[in-house]
Amino acid sequence: MSSARRRSVLLTVVAAASLAACANLGGGVGMAAKSSTGIPLGASGPHEVQPLPDKPRFGKPVSEADIAAWNIDIRTPDGAGLPQGRGSVAQGREVYAAKCVACHGADAKGGSVYGTMVGGIGSFKGSPRVLTPGSMYPYAPILFDYIRRSMPMDRPQTLSADEVYAVSAYILNLNGLVPADAVMDAQSLPKVQMPNRDGFLIDDRPDTQAARCMANCK
Amino acid sequence: MASSPSRRNFIRKTAALTGGAFAAAGAARAAPLPVPSTNREPGRIIDEAAYGMPSKFEGHVKRRRTDVLKNRQNLSDWSMTPLQHQPGIITPNGLVYERHHAGTPDIDPKAHRLVIHGLVKQPLEFSMDDLHRYPSVSRFYFLECSGNGLTDWLKPASTTVQQTHGLLSGALWTGVPVSTLLDEAGIDPRGKWALLEGADASAHTRSVPMEKMLDDALIVYAMNGEALRPENGYPLRALLPGWEGNISVKWLRRIKVGEQPWHFRSETARYTDPMPEGKWRQFSMVMECKSVITSPSGGQQLKGPGFYEVTGLAWSGAGKVRAVDVSVDGGKTWREAKLEEPIMDKCLTRFKVGWNWDGSPAVLMSRAVDSNGYVQPSVQEIQKKRAIVGFVQHHNAIQPWSVNAQGEVRNVIGQA
Repeated sequence: MSSARRRSVLLTVVAAASLAACANLGGGVGMAAKSSTGIPLGASGPHEVQPLPDKPRFGKPVSEADIAAWNIDIRTPDGAGLPQGRGSVAQGREVYAAKCVACHGADAKGGSVYGTMVGGIGSFKGSPRVLTPGSMYPYAPILFDYIRRSMPMDRPQTLSADEVYAVSAYILNLNGLVPADAVMDAQSLPKVQMPNRDGFLIDDRPDTQAARCMANCK
Repeated sequence: MASSPSRRNFIRKTAALTGGAFAAAGAARAAPLPVPSTNREPGRIIDEAAYGMPSKFEGHVKRRRTDVLKNRQNLSDWSMTPLQHQPGIITPNGLVYERHHAGTPDIDPKAHRLVIHGLVKQPLEFSMDDLHRYPSVSRFYFLECSGNGLTDWLKPASTTVQQTHGLLSGALWTGVPVSTLLDEAGIDPRGKWALLEGADASAHTRSVPMEKMLDDALIVYAMNGEALRPENGYPLRALLPGWEGNISVKWLRRIKVGEQPWHFRSETARYTDPMPEGKWRQFSMVMECKSVITSPSGGQQLKGPGFYEVTGLAWSGAGKVRAVDVSVDGGKTWREAKLEEPIMDKCLTRFKVGWNWDGSPAVLMSRAVDSNGYVQPSVQEIQKKRAIVGFVQHHNAIQPWSVNAQGEVRNVIGQA
């Protein structure tokens, strides 16, 4: 089968899936197709592309081992991808004092660059909503994923797995979510119950039904 | 065109203006027009090799950071497009808005690699040379940050349209469909999502439903006829048409196919929308239909009563712009503006309507309708459904500009 034909088959499948989603959801003004997992997709296409050569094309085969150092994502609801290693709250306090406090301040209550990372639990029904890892993250492994990929801001991806687990434990402890003797690793971190676990709803827009009034509108 | 009455008005007004010019013929200036000095001396020679720059008299047309918030660092920050100075629907590359999470890296294209792995039959690595060998596509799309307008919901904080709406740009993007590369790697049927990851210091990452990846998502290496600028993802970025800007991950280094979304910080603690009862709306990707008048707009000064062209931009991440209505009386009456071709899917569309200002106070607004029949809402209509608290994303409400008797144009969001 030519690659162009493969493509058209593939796109037909996608289009059919989109139509099926529409039919299931009943449509309506502004209603667009949704993904198999319920995410509104917006408008489709265009799809016109030139025919491609049949394989082999231009990608070079690579092994998962070759890209291990790039493979840093954590699937945060269940912690899939968390590496070996461990860190305690006490160790995290030391790492924090050495590598984090300059921007985030003492006890993670806010510093020269960033606001507080402590508190805010229970604040979301009022104003302001105080967003911290404790109040906002639905899954504790987000701490590991984000600290490892992005922190410290001046030297990201330099902390060891032990250091990342330790800082995660420390931030969770400051937020009252793990005890002072807690140790975080690939087994314990996903088990920490986060207060905003059920705080999210999937995109349900369009949520407004404005009218196109032309005269005597208000 | 439904705007034929306004077209007739325009012709009548043009005729009147022309007649006025003839009537004034013979009226003397204080001094005759001098021959410009540029007529009497040679200009600059052509450089042996140069990248052309705008006139030195256009130096005020610049991206600017927000005037409203004082960020304590400028690595995770943003700068905005001067929409009040942009005619047409294309943003020059030096003025395309910026949003980075840890600054702009300078990446050597010879060393850059894109990897596709996870739930695929064969993990693949691509150099930039490899990617340039694929048949390319070039498409016009808008790009808008989900946070566009977040400082101006219930009361005005920004002065100009650059500050209220400047996290918006339009460009011609050139690259390769993501579907081409995923097809080559071979998607496992269990692969329903993919992550996109950058090679910047934040390693910015988002989860994307596979349907979008296979539909119209692009891997992009050029914009507006030249390589991406460093601040816009050089040498390689994703471009997910019509979706919030940050999901079009810049400096793209990795695509991983998986069964479920990863629920990264960037799609839980950030880029989620506050909702009533303390809840948060997640995976709100589509940038809904929106418009704004760019002239006259906040901070501008009208030069006395008379004819003005009211013009602006409209766009929808869910399709094409079908119509734009303009009001000059704060929303009591509206008339349909003329849409300027081309009108393209998920792209900026330029609208225009003539206005004869009588010199009395006025409030100008635009309201777009897209190809789904979705009508751009007011702030009040959005407020009935969502919680307007803190940094609220996805602000697509009608923007009012007031004009006072002195001709000063002001932002009156939430007041009109």
